[in-house]
Amino acid sequence: MKTTGKLQKYIYAITLLFITLSGFGQMPIFKRYYIADLPGLGWLAQFYVTHIMHYIAAIVLITLVIYILFDFILNRSGLNRITGTGYFKIAILTGLIVSGGLMVIKNLPNIYFGHTAVIVLDLVHLSFCMMLLFVSLYSVIRKKRWVS
Amino acid sequence: MTVRKVTSKISRRAFLKGSITAAGSVVATTSIARAAKSLSSEKKEPLVTLLDISKCIGCEECVYACQEANADKYPEPQKPFPKMYPSRVPVQDWSDKRDVTDRLTPYNWLFIQHASATVNGEEIELTIPRRCMHCENPPCVKLCPWGALKQEDNGLSRIDSDICLGGSKCKKVCPWDIPERQTGVGLYLDLLPAFAGNGVMYKCDRCYNRLEKGEVPACIEVCPEDVQTIGPKSEILKKAHALAKEMNGYIYGEHENGGTNTIYVSPVPFEQLNKSIENGKGKPHLNKVKNMMSDGTNLAKAMLIAPLAGVAAAFGKFYLSSKEDK
Repeated sequence: MKTTGKLQKYIYAITLLFITLSGFGQMPIFKRYYIADLPGLGWLAQFYVTHIMHYIAAIVLITLVIYILFDFILNRSGLNRITGTGYFKIAILTGLIVSGGLMVIKNLPNIYFGHTAVIVLDLVHLSFCMMLLFVSLYSVIRKKRWVS
Repeated sequence: MTVRKVTSKISRRAFLKGSITAAGSVVATTSIARAAKSLSSEKKEPLVTLLDISKCIGCEECVYACQEANADKYPEPQKPFPKMYPSRVPVQDWSDKRDVTDRLTPYNWLFIQHASATVNGEEIELTIPRRCMHCENPPCVKLCPWGALKQEDNGLSRIDSDICLGGSKCKKVCPWDIPERQTGVGLYLDLLPAFAGNGVMYKCDRCYNRLEKGEVPACIEVCPEDVQTIGPKSEILKKAHALAKEMNGYIYGEHENGGTNTIYVSPVPFEQLNKSIENGKGKPHLNKVKNMMSDGTNLAKAMLIAPLAGVAAAFGKFYLSSKEDK
């Protein structure tokens, strides 16, 4: 059980790292600020690569989130075990996945989203991302766990 | 670099307009009115333009009509430009070169490309109007991080100059490098001009405002040779194939980047034209282009399976652990 928990943690951390890097890579900032010049980070300036990386990381994240959710339900772990920080992160992750999912639909051929809807989606997705980063950082520093 | 003075532009326009009007203004007006009427009533199917290269005489009337019709959309940058950091950020200023017509610029969204080819042992010159292809699934629109670009349900894609920050991502993801940047204009000036953004990107918007009024794009309306036709996709594709069959010719744009809303028909293979045209900065190629968004579209399908995989893994683990308990 402990090994599975650790593995989940590592997968979550690595996914979060790649999804964040590739997500910020959607903006033309990594080349401007020489970050893409660092060895091994050149892909951050290649927009089609960051696009694909973001999608792959999203697939891993969605699979992991759904797995943990169902694992939690099936094992009758008890909702009262989830901490306040845990609930907050669950809400943010849900927002990220829903807004991201809508953006994936938007990117499909022959799909026309309203201009305002696209801008709102972009900003909402970015806001959820920033929130998740800050809350995750807070959780690491203050040693706040998902479950008690 | 071809530079033409405004004065010569007016006299040439006047001359051409006079002769063309005398020749067939009634016919043209009627056909344009008919086309415009059909455009306003048929909104569901994307509108596609067909360019018959064999008809183009390279008179540049479309180029000047485009400039005239879109003059109020052109950038009026503030100078001096704010200092940008780091120093590698390029200043791109076309405001003093507004008369350039031999390439795409923020002030020239359509230009004429020249090619020579041999047909039946005879050397011929061809001229090709070039501008944004208005892709079916435009990477510029779909991948803009700010939603500064929009695709309308009539198939055109355009840049909102009030929102664009000039990061040039649209140009980098465009298979033809179409959008062009002007520094010193737009929203970035009100945010952090030194550290983010670099102006506004510009490209053909297929005269969206004229289409909204039921008019055809300026380049189509003004063409003395009726090089371009606009209409619903199925109709235009039928016409393009019939035309290609008739001239024993070739089609470009139907399958490029997964399909575009601009279809060229030429009597010469496009591979041959591509070797002949001058391409480079502001001068798009005529290469075959793979569907740049297809990997993303395929992964989107895989994303649908992701929740099922998660559920299956959880149930699998539950099944195994309950078996172990027994």
